[in-house]
Amino acid sequence: MQEGLGGYRVSTVIELAIGKGIPYTCEKMNSVPKKIAKYFLCTALAVSVFFCGQSFCAEKNLKKVSFATLWLPQAQFAGYYVALKKGFYKKYGLEVTIVNGAPDNPASSLLESGKVDFSVMWLSAAIEKRSQGIPLVNVCQFLQRSGLMLVAKKSSGIYEIADMNDRKVGLWSAEFEIQPKAFFEKYGLNMKIVPQAYTVNLFLRGGVDVASAMWYNEYHTIINSGYDPEELTTFFFYEHGLNFPEDGIYALERTLGKDPDIARAFVAASMEGWIYAFEHVDEAVSIVMEYMTAAHLPATRVHQKWQLERMRDLAVTDGSYKGLGVLHKEDFDNTAKLLKESGIIKNIPEFGSFRKECGTYDKN
Amino acid sequence: MVRSGKNAEHMIRTKSIAFKLAFAILASSTLLFMIIFGYNYAVTRNMLEEKIRDSASNMMYRVANRIESILKVAQSVPQNLVYNLENDPAYDYETIRKLLYTSVANNAEIYGAAAALEPFVIDKYTPGFVAYYYKSDGKILSTWLDEKNSYFLSDWYQIPREIDRAVWSNPYYDESGGKVIMATYSVPLHGIRDGRRKIVGIVTADVSLEWLEAMVSSIKVGKTGYGFIISRSGSIITHPVKSLIMNETIFDIAEARGDRQLRDIGKEMIKGNSGFAPSTSIVTGKKCWIAYVPLSDSGWSLAVVFPQNELMSDIIELNTIVFCLGILGFIVLLAVIIYISHSITRPISVLSRTTRDIAKGDLNFKLTPVAGIKDEVGELTESFIYMRDALKKYIKDLTETTAVKERMESELRIAHDIQLSLVPKIFPPFPNNEEFDIYAVLEPAKEVGGDFYDFFFVDETHFCVVIGDVVGKGVPAALLMAVVKTLVKTYAVETKRPELILEKVNKEIARDNEACLFVTVFLSILDIKTGDFAYANAGHNYPFLIKKGENPEPMPKAGAVAVGIFGDTVYKSDTVNLSSGDIVCMYTDGVTEAFNKNEEQFSDERLSVSLKACMLASPKDIVSNVLKDIRSFTGSRPQSDDITMLILKLN
Repeated sequence: MQEGLGGYRVSTVIELAIGKGIPYTCEKMNSVPKKIAKYFLCTALAVSVFFCGQSFCAEKNLKKVSFATLWLPQAQFAGYYVALKKGFYKKYGLEVTIVNGAPDNPASSLLESGKVDFSVMWLSAAIEKRSQGIPLVNVCQFLQRSGLMLVAKKSSGIYEIADMNDRKVGLWSAEFEIQPKAFFEKYGLNMKIVPQAYTVNLFLRGGVDVASAMWYNEYHTIINSGYDPEELTTFFFYEHGLNFPEDGIYALERTLGKDPDIARAFVAASMEGWIYAFEHVDEAVSIVMEYMTAAHLPATRVHQKWQLERMRDLAVTDGSYKGLGVLHKEDFDNTAKLLKESGIIKNIPEFGSFRKECGTYDKN
Repeated sequence: MVRSGKNAEHMIRTKSIAFKLAFAILASSTLLFMIIFGYNYAVTRNMLEEKIRDSASNMMYRVANRIESILKVAQSVPQNLVYNLENDPAYDYETIRKLLYTSVANNAEIYGAAAALEPFVIDKYTPGFVAYYYKSDGKILSTWLDEKNSYFLSDWYQIPREIDRAVWSNPYYDESGGKVIMATYSVPLHGIRDGRRKIVGIVTADVSLEWLEAMVSSIKVGKTGYGFIISRSGSIITHPVKSLIMNETIFDIAEARGDRQLRDIGKEMIKGNSGFAPSTSIVTGKKCWIAYVPLSDSGWSLAVVFPQNELMSDIIELNTIVFCLGILGFIVLLAVIIYISHSITRPISVLSRTTRDIAKGDLNFKLTPVAGIKDEVGELTESFIYMRDALKKYIKDLTETTAVKERMESELRIAHDIQLSLVPKIFPPFPNNEEFDIYAVLEPAKEVGGDFYDFFFVDETHFCVVIGDVVGKGVPAALLMAVVKTLVKTYAVETKRPELILEKVNKEIARDNEACLFVTVFLSILDIKTGDFAYANAGHNYPFLIKKGENPEPMPKAGAVAVGIFGDTVYKSDTVNLSSGDIVCMYTDGVTEAFNKNEEQFSDERLSVSLKACMLASPKDIVSNVLKDIRSFTGSRPQSDDITMLILKLN
């Protein structure tokens, strides 16, 4: 998966320079995905006709909303695709368009520029933006636990934290660096930092001893590149007092000001989508796979299933859906404090203005 | 039958010999057959498996060598470039440009080649650059990138740089050509910087892997066997299932199928090992073997899937035939066992049925000894026939004996009937007579016996008393008795002289006495007026005379041989005078010759003593007393002859 995206990235870089600018993934679209796309178009048409017939008045009053994911379609955003596909947004009176964020077209920029009404952002990135004066507001903190982790091979002699000293570690840039660096400092580790790309190949080939990984993504890629979990040593940051809860839903203050009900409806419908996805994993994975295929992405079912199940583990930490979407002040304070200490932000934004309660899931 | 099948042992025990025989032989031969069949199957299967493994590794090494030789050619391009650049470290843009162009132009296998440098290697103003030459529509085009394109983070640059070793990238889809799979070989370029040898850049060559797919798909094993290649991280590079290519790793497939075995095979493959392992085909889902060899420089691995059932089809067919022959053999064996056991048990069953018939008494059964068969059953049959014949003969004899005996018994019964009907049995016979008392008893023995007695008035004053014993048995004796009695009665009226009566009777009897029967007779005539008791004896026991108040004495002898022996016998007579209270006791030899268990006879002496003890009593009491004495003497010994006594007492 990430290998593919890595490939995409490499080729994009080269292609842009060469002047062709066509990502290779476009070429992957053979007749089968085209047929599937056609099928979906027809289905979508049929579904919309059905809804028009059912509730013509409601259809007319749907409020148009756009929403940006952090990345290309994958199970990390399953809840939103499920909410869209299963008509939960319509149920809440919204007509939602999902836009895919990408490295060269980040969701934060889309939100900032007003191209979308809502977007997924990481808490750390959002705090940074807010401290820079961008008036974005957290309306839902979906993930409660950080999925960022460090992975090492036991075969390289790393079994515990101290074993990592003086080893090469692959780190992603920007907000991905904050937790690892704080971690190294906390445990007094002297690491040789190597910038890490979007694949785990450098790690797999022994280019680094320790790799950054998202639990729901790269960790599984490593496992399905032939390393058993027992052969790996893992360090989860949330277990070391460095919990930066990641994916949350953000909107600009002015969007909220215009119509706060839209945000409430969007959050409620999205959470319903997520709960449905958690309880119907196979169906949700199929929906995600449809969007991936439509975006000409290589799609591996087992990987998406793993991703969805880990999203559930990170979002539902106490076994209950109650409180889904809450941003705990403690998590905010911890994240902001560390951001300030690492010099990324100068001022900690005020929690009250950063977080706007748009309703949490109150069912069990 | 048994009510339930819970007691198998009991069931077996109640089954027929044929069943037991068939069961035991079939069970043991099935076991034997299974052992031989299993061993044969295992051995032939192992042999074939070894052969397949050999031919598999041969074929795979051939294909692997071809792939490696092509990859080696591609590897040589950046290697030569690096060699040239490292030998002439004073290179500039132009040198690099020319070398790249020549490499791409002169090597048909190469799609493109690039040189990427670390910051400030080419000069102190350039923070990084990439020169890239590639083929397009038969022309060679070039392009340039700088550090802003962050090529430092690309796998093709970063990996060889970090591990300081030439590497093949994971294959990827060609971004311009469409469906062509490409791979990049990256070689680190070293140079002396700040007095130390270090990496100053990476030189690469891009190769189309179109031929790889064709080469691997040329591997055909049976109908459904196929080859596939995975990358160092397990990604499927070529595979008959196109959707898997560059999309899934072998471990994804293993996870989706929950196939731990496949995951282990994948791990061995990416480690660069070669091997041969059982698995399940990704395409057909059937059992297969996977053989794999590393494509050494690339770190990729070539695998060939051998469909087990197809390759094993010969051996399965062979074993199926062997199995069917075995089953056929069992059927034949079963038939033979049933035939033989029936040939043994059929006569036995017949014998068993026949025995039941014999028990019912039917001996007229047919039993044919099987000709020519001299086994135990044949012998048994013959013995049985012998037994049957012996039984028949015995029964026949028994029937005859029984018939004879029955005839004899019936004759004796008739004789007894005649005998008893001939003697007077009403006592007192002459209730009005006051001159004498008379009492007699005849107790017939079972077999032997011909005693008789009679008494009658010849005229008003003469009373004839006769006692006798026919020597002989059965009806002839009884008839003779009747004749003698009749003759006596007839002649007594004529003469009133005992000796003459006997003579006449003797003459009559002896005349036609072909059966040589004879009769002892004591004949007497009492003149009731005078008390004269005239008598003659023909071979009979002389009666006891008991004069009143005296001891019993035998009568004086007067007579000759028994009647019927000689026709001209002359009898004599004698006369005693009886007075009141005198007693004459007549008897037959059944009285004196009654035996006790010590073979002693009752004898005249005992009779005399017995009579003396009761001589004052009435004739009836005397008789019963004497009989009592005889009974107590003989005890339980059965009576062997008629016992007859007649007591005459004058009043």
